[in-house]
Parts: sequence; structure tokens; C-alpha cells
Amino acid sequence: MNCIIIDDEETARMIIQQLCSQVDELNVIEDFPNAIQAIKFLNKEEVDLIFLDIHMPDFTGFDFIDTLKNPPKIILTTSDKNFALEAFEYECIVDYLVKPITLPRFLKAIQKAESATTVTTTEASAETSTELPSNTSSSEENELYINIDRRLIKINIPTINLIEAKGDYVLIKTEKQNYTVHSTLKKVEEKLPTDLFLKVHRSYIINIKKIIDIEDNSVLIAKDVIPVSRSNRPELMKRLNML
Amino acid sequence: MNETPNLIYIKELAAGSEAFEQKLIGIVKREFPDEKDEFLKNYTSKAYTKAAENVHKLKHKIGMFGFEEGYQTAIDFEEELKSSNTSLYSKFILILESIEHFLKTL
Repeated sequence: MNCIIIDDEETARMIIQQLCSQVDELNVIEDFPNAIQAIKFLNKEEVDLIFLDIHMPDFTGFDFIDTLKNPPKIILTTSDKNFALEAFEYECIVDYLVKPITLPRFLKAIQKAESATTVTTTEASAETSTELPSNTSSSEENELYINIDRRLIKINIPTINLIEAKGDYVLIKTEKQNYTVHSTLKKVEEKLPTDLFLKVHRSYIINIKKIIDIEDNSVLIAKDVIPVSRSNRPELMKRLNML
Repeated sequence: MNETPNLIYIKELAAGSEAFEQKLIGIVKREFPDEKDEFLKNYTSKAYTKAAENVHKLKHKIGMFGFEEGYQTAIDFEEELKSSNTSLYSKFILILESIEHFLKTL
């Protein structure tokens, strides 16, 4: 994804550049200290993604978005949570990052941008059903809402032990209860913090904090023995704090 | 104030790149005094709305240097200033001075 960064604070631009450098799919074309320069640039060039600071002097991030006829995907960056509600009036805004931005939270935002791009290009908007409504602000990062029998049930994400794919459904196992939800493992994965969860097999995502022990090709979580595929094993081992 | 500034966030971000770390610290050293001066200028002239904007900008750097309570103080102070309330000024200025001293050691 070709992207640009708009932020009047040089420190913030450099931090986002550094975060982008850790994602192969991202290519930062330019960064701008104000929205006016960015508008001039966008009159000549197209981009896939914009990292946009909301709180800039003279011309706010929302003023900027209003000038764009066909805005690309936008990830807002700000030190202010109060703009969150206004942000959701814009379809182009895929996520909202509160500074200082951490790498895990940044990666989650990129995942959202990528999945939003996929939906647009395949015109599969119907597939983005609300079985698993997304977390809507950084203050809700520990919560996941699942739709069961038209009721939205809140799950505290760190209490999830594992998620298992079951055909058109996923089985979410938490410390106290299990839930079967109409969704896919991929969709669930997009909603979970990458520092806590890992896909270890095409049918399983596990909470790595819940691992009790590991044998050659399996992990034990609570009473469940979960297979670990050969291709996912190196990443799992990398995540462990080993002596 | 019990908190002291640290480089944990910057080092995590740098992921081992000394060059990035030094470049980022260099930019902060350049930006921070200007942002602090602008805040003080607006605050002393009672331009509290502008001072609140300055606090907003400074909030990022306060967070970057690991202040958690300090970050919340900045959030509260920014809101206070919008209604011309200045009760958190002394607490806020201590945070800025702490960062200023810390930057001189880097």
C-alpha cells in the first residue's frame, strides 16, 4: 500500500515512518507537515492510505478529508480520544490511533486497512456482517462483542483461551464459557491483539499467555491439546520467553 | 510527582536501531523547548485556548517518555484550560521540567 503521513509534529511523522518501515506491505511516498501541502500532492498522485493527524493548526484533519472527492483509506492519529465519534461518520476512516502509538496497535490498524481494501476491491461488503462488530475505540481494546441470538455479548479478550474454526462457525473458548459464533477464523483474528494471539494452525488461534506446555507439534491450553503446524511453529517459538 | 522520564517507548520503537533512536531524540530536543516556550507564552498572556492546544501537542511527548499519571494530568489540564481553569499548572510544569532535564542528559 502506498501511503502518506500528514502531521504538523516532526516527531510524530518520524515515529509513523519507523512503524511503517516494519511492515513490508507499506510504502511511505511522502510526509507532510500540513494538510495544504498534502492536498497539492494528492491533486497529482494517488495513494492507498493516509495517516492523518486530526489536530493541526488552521486546517484540521476533518477539514482535509472534506476536501477529498474520493478519499483513500485513512487512519487517524491523534492525542485526543474525543474525536472518535466524529471519526465514525466517515466511511474512509478505517481506524483511530492514539499517540504515542505502539507497534502492536499500529499493526492492528494496518490489518484493518488491508481488510477494508479487500472488501472494496471484491465488492464483498455483504460479507462484512456484524456477527463480530469491531472494537470502536482504543479504550475498548480489551473487549470483543459477539452476536448470539441477536444479543451482543461482551467478551473480555484476555480471558479467551483459544478460537477454533468449525465450518461456517468459530468456537470461542474463554476461561469460563464457550461460545459458537457464525464467523470465520480470519475475521476473528483481525479483531484480536497480535501481541496476545497467534494462529498456530489453520483451524486454531491461541492466546499465548494461556499456554501450559508445549510438545513437538502441539500446545496444551487449559484441557485442550491444540495442534501446531510446522509453518507456524517458528513464530510461536519466537514469541516465547525462553531460557 | 513520583514518575520519572524513561526511554522504554523510544527503544521499543527503535527495535535496536541506534541511528533511529538518536535521530528521534535529536528531533525531540529541537521541538520540545519550542513547544514549551509557546505554551508558557500563551499561558502567561492568559491565552488559555491556545495554551490548551500547546498542552495537547506536548501530551504526545509526555506519553513518549513513559509518563502515565503525567499523561492523564496533561489531559485534565488541557480540559481545564479550555474553561480558563489553571489549578493543574504547577503539576504540569513539573512534568515539563522533568523532561527538559532528562533531555539534557541524553
